[in-house]
Amino acid sequence: MSMKKEKPQGRILVQLFPSLANLASRGLAGWAILIGAAIVAVMAVMTVVAPWISPYNPIAINVGPILSPPSAEFPLGTNHLGQDMLSRVYSGGAIMFQVAVLSVIVCLVVGVPIGLFASYLGGYTDKVASLVMDSIYAFPGLVLAIAIAAMLGPGVVNMALSIAVVYVPSYFRIIRSQVLTIKELPYVEAASMMGAKSRTTLFRYILPNVIPSIVAVATINFADAVLTSAGLTFVGLGLPVSTPDWGWDLTYGRRLLPSGAWWVIAFPGLMVVLLALGFTMMGEGLSELFNPRLQK
Amino acid sequence: MALLDIESLVVEYHTLRASMKAVDRVSLAMEKGHTLGLVGESGCGKSTLGLSTVRLVPPPGKIASGHIVLGETDIINCSDEEIRKVRGKRVGYIFQDPMTSLNPVKRIGAHFVEMIHTHEPEVSDQDALKRGKDVLERLGILPERIDDFPHQFSGGMRQRVMIGLALALGPDLLIADEPTTSLDVIVEAQIIELLKELKESLKLTLILITHNIGIVAETADRVAVMYAGRLAELGQTDDLFEKPMHPYTQALLKSVPNITKKGQVLSWIPGAPPDLAEPPPGCLYHPRCPHAFDRCKKEEPLLIKHNGSQVACHLYDKR
Amino acid sequence: MSLRSYVIARILLTIPMIMLLLTFVFLVVRVLPGDPASLHFEKQVSPEMLLDFKRRLGLDKPLIVQYFEYLAGLLRGDFGKSMQDFSPVSQQIFSAFPATLELAIFSSIIMVLVGVVLGVQASRSYNSVRDHSIRVFGITSYAIPVFFLGEVLIMIFAIYFHLFPAGDRIYPGMAPTGLTIGGLHWSSGLYVLDSILEGNPTKLGVSLRYLFLPSLTLGTVLCGIFIRLTRGNMLETLQLDFVTAARARGLKERTVVYGYALRNAFLPILTMMGLQFAALLAGAVLTETTFSWPGLGRYLVDRISFRDYTAIQGVVVFFGILVAMVSLAVDIIYAYLDPRIRF
Repeated sequence: MSMKKEKPQGRILVQLFPSLANLASRGLAGWAILIGAAIVAVMAVMTVVAPWISPYNPIAINVGPILSPPSAEFPLGTNHLGQDMLSRVYSGGAIMFQVAVLSVIVCLVVGVPIGLFASYLGGYTDKVASLVMDSIYAFPGLVLAIAIAAMLGPGVVNMALSIAVVYVPSYFRIIRSQVLTIKELPYVEAASMMGAKSRTTLFRYILPNVIPSIVAVATINFADAVLTSAGLTFVGLGLPVSTPDWGWDLTYGRRLLPSGAWWVIAFPGLMVVLLALGFTMMGEGLSELFNPRLQK
Repeated sequence: MALLDIESLVVEYHTLRASMKAVDRVSLAMEKGHTLGLVGESGCGKSTLGLSTVRLVPPPGKIASGHIVLGETDIINCSDEEIRKVRGKRVGYIFQDPMTSLNPVKRIGAHFVEMIHTHEPEVSDQDALKRGKDVLERLGILPERIDDFPHQFSGGMRQRVMIGLALALGPDLLIADEPTTSLDVIVEAQIIELLKELKESLKLTLILITHNIGIVAETADRVAVMYAGRLAELGQTDDLFEKPMHPYTQALLKSVPNITKKGQVLSWIPGAPPDLAEPPPGCLYHPRCPHAFDRCKKEEPLLIKHNGSQVACHLYDKR
Repeated sequence: MSLRSYVIARILLTIPMIMLLLTFVFLVVRVLPGDPASLHFEKQVSPEMLLDFKRRLGLDKPLIVQYFEYLAGLLRGDFGKSMQDFSPVSQQIFSAFPATLELAIFSSIIMVLVGVVLGVQASRSYNSVRDHSIRVFGITSYAIPVFFLGEVLIMIFAIYFHLFPAGDRIYPGMAPTGLTIGGLHWSSGLYVLDSILEGNPTKLGVSLRYLFLPSLTLGTVLCGIFIRLTRGNMLETLQLDFVTAARARGLKERTVVYGYALRNAFLPILTMMGLQFAALLAGAVLTETTFSWPGLGRYLVDRISFRDYTAIQGVVVFFGILVAMVSLAVDIIYAYLDPRIRF
């Protein structure tokens, strides 16, 4: 069954996404996607090869003098534990990437089916689902994530789950608005009149058209996950201290600021901004490509 | 001296796709008190030309080169403040669609007061309103209606309001861009009559931009025919109507239905105006011209004098 | 549909939403971790002590009973008791709330002001370097974690330049006392308002100085969406005929842009402000922590470090109800202003 599903999907997917060369000619949105994707790719690669390119072990303490400013030996300085900031910056994205990817996966697995079925079936199911989703959506995201993370405890999975819960409604809403439009289109009606089963209609006709929007939401989800995980770490709901993490360096670096050690917070902070920016640019570019707004 | 002198004006539109010349080296001069009819198909650049005289070409359009001189003012190079003073006070502009040209949430009186205040801040509100009322009366509208909103007027009356606003500060030059296109035929006739009468009594210099060659016949002293951004022909109205020179002008005149000529077959011009992003070489009209010959496909015709008028056509260029 | 039926329908919709929210929070705090009471204690604690602790907080009863007591309590304004000292959470909430409210108000002002002005500037110079820079700024500002920006601003303006204080809301003795008539006091808890009511310009100045950096931080991070909204709206409106016609009459550019074109963008901006309220509250949590601002956000973060789960529940519930109320109010105001919405 799953094999049968994937084949037409795969073909449509390949056709749906513009090739790289095409992107550059699509104006500003195309450039935004390319630059954003480049930023994300570079940072992902950096995180992956960190063990090979880090001059020091990021969690080894006292590899250098305590709180020394950027120098030739330690280009990004050292923190209060004598750890090399450059190595910590190289590998600090690991946690954020993991949390982000995990939360997106959970959202896709949970949010997409709910969105598809609820809006396709309509009626009572749709009303109830919409009510639940709207209630969560209206809530201040970080506060809800804090509540959930506080109850679940620290850890990558728990952080990812908290973020996922907050973000599922966004997927639901986008999918629902798309499905409602597509449902009414003549070729879908024609398919069901010709006797296609609901499940077929849903997966072979509606889903492929909804995928572009899902991708756009997912990229923005990544950006928000990065920022929320930083926020969760900041309020103390992050991970145990030993793992190198930009969020943790950001949080602890605060306390070091009054003594003038700006580099502990600055470089990880910059990394977080860049990563969030990269995802946001991709997300914005994709949204604009798939839902062109002002035709000027 | 000419009131308005346009020399070799080029207006370009830059888009992602291509750059196109909406106005390509057009030169015109207006003497005081004269009326010029500027005719051509939609998209030929006549509106852009009109807007250029007050530097209101909308982006992505830009005035690329040339000169526009109004009296003593260099329109293209003067400061923002100077051009603002020209607009409304020395040049009055009438737009095509009075429904969308007036601010729907402002009363007519407020339009007048605002404009008068901008140019003559010493004038009091009452005086400004009085002037507005006088103008409305002149145009055949009850002065009490100065307190009404634009949507309370009919199309024809709204256009009269626009004309009133354009004339309120006593400009030297009036530009009317398709003033009757959105009006029905009877109202159109009234507005044209009104314009003629105002022209006489106020000694206006008028540029009448339209695609309707008929209304130009009775109002204009001279007629300029534009095609794809360039001037095709420019001459005295009578000459142009009796002996049109450019094939495009001839075709335009032929396509106006005439009830008095019995048995006349309705004619039109085959083909379509050129894509300005990729214009054809040589004369822009040659793909549709029944008289086109070899030279037309290769060499662009320049505007030359012939029999008292100007025409851009190789048929008259005996070089 | 008349305004009245719209309002009624909208209120009827809000009630189930709030119920869902309350239930959801209940599930998260009381059900999810298993036993919030034992989670609270770091060390092992004797079963008798644990039972006593639970009894004092009402956590020993069956879940269903707990649920209804929780709902009934909320109707009375009881947000639970703190695990730390069994004091009523509502007391803390209502004393900390004005600080958060004031921060939210001033951050909104900055958010809208900066967003709209930049949006207008961007729309006026379409596709120019200025336009693109402003757009980039809008996206980037959202990508900056609010506490990072806060720290940077503190470093520059408070520590390096000594222009603004680095934290807190006021220094001792400067808290405004509000309105005093006869022997009766009334203060709103909003220091700016209270110092005006008191007629004390010094206190007003001090309050504003303390308020400035936190509001600037939160406002800047959230202004991006207003930049985009305003820019888009203006670009559309500036194209319209009556704008060109107004220019042709020689009206000053400023009159045209602000008087004619901006009027159109007004209503969507108002709606967006309502929608951003939740984001404001979320951002306030982090901002208050960064600036040691004594509001609800900082209270929440405090409670986390104390593992005071019942207090956390109370605060979260309060946030939820607050957002629901504000969104209801915004919807009603919007329907009043724009009859087209009441379909």
